[in-house]
Amino acid sequence: MSYTINHLSELEAEAIFVMREVAAQFEKPAILFSGGKDSILLTHLAKKAFFPAKIPFPLVHIDTGHNFIETIEFRDYLVKTLDAKLIVGSVQEAIDKGLAIEEKGANASRNVAQIPALLKAIEDHQFDALMGGARRDEEKARAKERFFSHRDEFGQWDPKNQRPELWNIFNGKKHFGEHFRVFPISNWTELDVWQYIAKENIELPKTYYSHIRPCVERNGTILAVTEHVQPREGEEVKDMRIRFRTMGDATITGAYKSDADTIEKIIQEVAAARETERGNRADDKRSETAMEDRKKEGYF
Amino acid sequence: MSKQEEIFNAESYEKMELLRFTTAGSVDDGKSTLIGRLLYDSKSIFEDQMEAVKTSSERRGDENINLALVTDGLKSEREQGITIDVAYRYFSTPKRKFIIADTPGHIQYTRNMVTGASTANLAIILVDARHGVVEQTKRHSLIASLLGIPHVVICINKMDLVDWSEGSFNQIKNDYKQFASKLNVKDVNFIPISALLGDNVVNESENMNWYKGSTLMYHLENVHIANDHNHIDSRFPVQTVIRPHSDEYHDYRGYAGRVAGGIFKKGDDITVLPSGFTSKIKEVETAGTPLEEAYSPMSITMTLEDNIDVSRGDMIVRTGNMPEISQDIDAMVCWMDEKNPIRINGKYTLIHTSRNCRCIIKEVVYKMDVNNLHKLEDDKEIHLNDIGRIRLRTTQPIFFDAYNRNRITGSFILVDEGSNVTVGACMIRS
Repeated sequence: MSYTINHLSELEAEAIFVMREVAAQFEKPAILFSGGKDSILLTHLAKKAFFPAKIPFPLVHIDTGHNFIETIEFRDYLVKTLDAKLIVGSVQEAIDKGLAIEEKGANASRNVAQIPALLKAIEDHQFDALMGGARRDEEKARAKERFFSHRDEFGQWDPKNQRPELWNIFNGKKHFGEHFRVFPISNWTELDVWQYIAKENIELPKTYYSHIRPCVERNGTILAVTEHVQPREGEEVKDMRIRFRTMGDATITGAYKSDADTIEKIIQEVAAARETERGNRADDKRSETAMEDRKKEGYF
Repeated sequence: MSKQEEIFNAESYEKMELLRFTTAGSVDDGKSTLIGRLLYDSKSIFEDQMEAVKTSSERRGDENINLALVTDGLKSEREQGITIDVAYRYFSTPKRKFIIADTPGHIQYTRNMVTGASTANLAIILVDARHGVVEQTKRHSLIASLLGIPHVVICINKMDLVDWSEGSFNQIKNDYKQFASKLNVKDVNFIPISALLGDNVVNESENMNWYKGSTLMYHLENVHIANDHNHIDSRFPVQTVIRPHSDEYHDYRGYAGRVAGGIFKKGDDITVLPSGFTSKIKEVETAGTPLEEAYSPMSITMTLEDNIDVSRGDMIVRTGNMPEISQDIDAMVCWMDEKNPIRINGKYTLIHTSRNCRCIIKEVVYKMDVNNLHKLEDDKEIHLNDIGRIRLRTTQPIFFDAYNRNRITGSFILVDEGSNVTVGACMIRS
């Protein structure tokens, strides 16, 4: 008999270990819930880690006000099913109070404006650890992120001053006012996530599956027409069969033409993909170091 | 069909194993190029990533696409042209999923190399065929040995620059073997490669017909890793206690943790440390589903027949197979503090499995000259990136095995009590 487990079970075991460390080491931990598949996966793992007890973390959602309706509906449904606590931080409120500045111009996004809303939520609720669904394979600045990422009292990340992480020992010691960002699925790739979603039969918002909806093409990106994305002059609204690989704001998340309407088809599509999933995120395309710059300021 | 498609079509991913490896080499040994080559030839680089690399290569004025840029991460690295921290890369083949801990080679970043090595099953050490075994090769090998990496591959790179010479390869192989006889590395392999041109990385070399061994990729896919975990000594450090407080599970007490060694199953007689209470395992489960057996590295929940007091930091072991229990610890340390050397009689927080306590450093036995493995008994100042042997005493007993028997129960870290920074990585001696 060979005592081995497969790669998905090992990744699951690692993520559950990390979440249990968070529950044990911190006083007010929370899950940062974006509504995307990675944060949905986190709630699933949390459920498994603490079964039969309830998830010992509230879900924190920083609502940009530019989300897809489907994201919000699914969030509320999930919170109800899990009997979890939801805390919403509003970007609109941060803008109204002058904490954040609304970007102007043709391709304005609320991506950077999330930072003050997030930091305010951390301060208001005194969270000392926030778990996120970020993965190291997503973007080059994330390839160097630790599982336990230390943030100073301003919420900043210093890539040169990160604690070494050895074996599976996680040092969550901190001074008053500092906090940690924790990434339990650091070692997962997009394909791992989908394989695991299939294996565990995890429910996702419909937007991840192929569906027909009105879209416009803008700068080579397909955007779904919503309250916040209206056709501009010269743009034609077409019904397209699309799906999303990631779910960010409606204003910046590009859709892919796809017939993948089942999980098996999605896995096949992801396995064959020639572009990274963030390849269609306008926020990362701004400059070569866009992600690194945002992280230093307190972005996830 | 791409490699990635095969992964799914073969429907083999249910059986895919995970292999973690580190890469180490001196500056300019072609480490980044090798990783770029592994990713490129296994078709794991996406078009948009490749596009970014092409653009950067052109901007830098590189002749060909510079595969080293694939792994370049942070701004400051791109400016200096060197890797400054551990970066993690991922790729898979139909057989295995790989996690690369890409660590910098130059001397001042030993702590990053130790970090990457701590979780690795395998280490790739790069040697420049023109320069042979150099100080840094020795340093990297010592770290691999000290950190107990079960498998080491010496990639003799830039074979194209020594006319694909078998003589050069053999010379380096012999030099290395002579040096490595002093180390504790069980499984060493030598592969002649050219990362730049791709010879023996993923595809077999046509330039080195004299070489009859496997390519690097074949080796990575087939090296036997099933025995890398300890399946003999049953060790279960308790992370947290699950108490639902619901009507349905009114009296449920589940002990949650990750198996650190051995095999646990229903009905086993166990002892809880430090209390010494004994009981039997009622159930071993994940998320309510009973498991027949649990072993490392599984995360599980365990329930016991008797209602005894167990909390975080305790260790559940099989009765009759006890770990060592002591307050006096003899260990090798790699020092990671940028500001201060290790302080004799200094107090630190010690984190071992799920247990925290304080400790005092009693003695530095020796510092190690990592270039020739000499024990320096006159110079005992252990600074950043130094490796040495220490004795310390803890405020409470810890339950451990020697590091060479169990990498989880045999390791601990030291934390500075003022700054909270991790300052020491320690391996307990047998």
